[in-house]
Amino acid sequence: MSTISRRKFVTAGLAATAGVSSLAAAASLAKRYGLIPPDSGGIYGPGETLTYAAQRLLTRHSLAREFPRRMISKSPFANEIAPPNDAFKSLQAVGFRDWRLSLDGMVARPASFSLSDLRSFPVRSQITEVVCEEGWSYVAEWIGTPLHEILSASGILPQARYVVYFSIEPDWWESIDMADALHPQTLLTYAMNDGDLPVGFGGPLRLRVPRQLGYKSVKFITRLTVTDSLKGFGKGLGSASPEGGYAWYAGI
Amino acid sequence: MLSDVSDGASPRKSDPPRHAAFVRVTHWITTICFCALLVSGVEIVISHPRFYWGETGNVLTRPLFQIPIPSSRKMVPTGYGYVLPDQNGWSRYLHFQAAWAVVLTGLIYAVWGMWTGHFRSNLFPAPSDRTWRAFGAVIARHLRLRRADETEAFSYNALQRASYLVVIFVLFPLVIWTGLALSPGFNSAVPAAVNALGGRQSARTLHFFVSAFLLLFLIVHVAMIFLAGFTSRMRAMITGTMITGIATAPQQRTGEERA
Repeated sequence: MSTISRRKFVTAGLAATAGVSSLAAAASLAKRYGLIPPDSGGIYGPGETLTYAAQRLLTRHSLAREFPRRMISKSPFANEIAPPNDAFKSLQAVGFRDWRLSLDGMVARPASFSLSDLRSFPVRSQITEVVCEEGWSYVAEWIGTPLHEILSASGILPQARYVVYFSIEPDWWESIDMADALHPQTLLTYAMNDGDLPVGFGGPLRLRVPRQLGYKSVKFITRLTVTDSLKGFGKGLGSASPEGGYAWYAGI
Repeated sequence: MLSDVSDGASPRKSDPPRHAAFVRVTHWITTICFCALLVSGVEIVISHPRFYWGETGNVLTRPLFQIPIPSSRKMVPTGYGYVLPDQNGWSRYLHFQAAWAVVLTGLIYAVWGMWTGHFRSNLFPAPSDRTWRAFGAVIARHLRLRRADETEAFSYNALQRASYLVVIFVLFPLVIWTGLALSPGFNSAVPAAVNALGGRQSARTLHFFVSAFLLLFLIVHVAMIFLAGFTSRMRAMITGTMITGIATAPQQRTGEERA
């Protein structure tokens, strides 16, 4: 009886030690390979970290599903937005002629682009689905400049790890890691289906991130910042979403 | 075998437990996770209580069906503001964390169950029970609302085994699959997961129905525990000890006894 319980005790002890040390090893590997999301603290941190790490290992280069033209939704749904602010309205009054997208942070050549500057980069069009966290969705054709085009034109520094992007509307900002920032489908979108991107859908400029939920595709983009750390932005959780209680990584 | 137990209500310590410790621990982890998934799932559904078939669906398209709950917003029909606060970030965080916990627990349980023969000996119906007649007898007994024989406290009848097997090997895998098919990130790596279900909105609708079946199982499962004797069944699943009118588990039970 006592030998069995001693053996059990030793086995359990070894198993626990192995478990703890493999957890510690996994944590340090995850940190080294950038598998820890910025909102990994708190009670939901373990679940978020598992999701982000698992998907980064599985989906680093995978492409969001693209659809045939016949599947474009007849009735796409522009979600509710707050009435635009005065800065937006004055730009809208002159047909967004003076809309600027600035790029700063860890790039060799900070820059500022007008909409026609963006149109001079290679164009990509893709028919992808917008997926809202609430459950609804629609498919549309999105046309624009891949984010990686302007990033590489401006020379991202090797220590860059995230791209933070800001709407002209206050307190509306998000960030993505370099796997998403350099992803071919991550698109500075200026046109949709057969025309310019309508304001309701984020016009004149929206960053589409089709491998994540709709709330990562921020509307009315005016600024991009390349950084190696999200600590200095807002509360340091990565974007406005976790500050409002939603996950930073929305690939779910 | 039974004679050396003097007091029928206290089996000896060396008796094998009614439920192995491994089963008891994974059972209660699964219970906690399932409740968390249920509450958070309801909260997520409330944000858009409309269901569609196919790839896409939104407030401008006709739903397959919708759950009639009042709407707090003009454009997106949602129950927020009436039912729960207009925020489902917490429910999404909780849903995915509980999903990870239950999937990992389930994987370990499945490997353990196959390794130890738990599924073979405790869940797959005994050879003599694998006939429609034996199955019919159990169903008939349930329909006549007859209480189970006391020996059944130590084993599962064919109907119980079939429903546990359906939950473990059909409903759980389905709910995981339909859930993963809702992840745009996962779908980019494994597009077949959602395409095979007929599209994103079909996957969402199926996820809802499979969850409803799991909820139905939970209700019947808890109801049967009350009918069979709440205290003894709970004690058996918590401590492993089954105490009933008879002393201990019959060691060799044949199908004839049960039929």
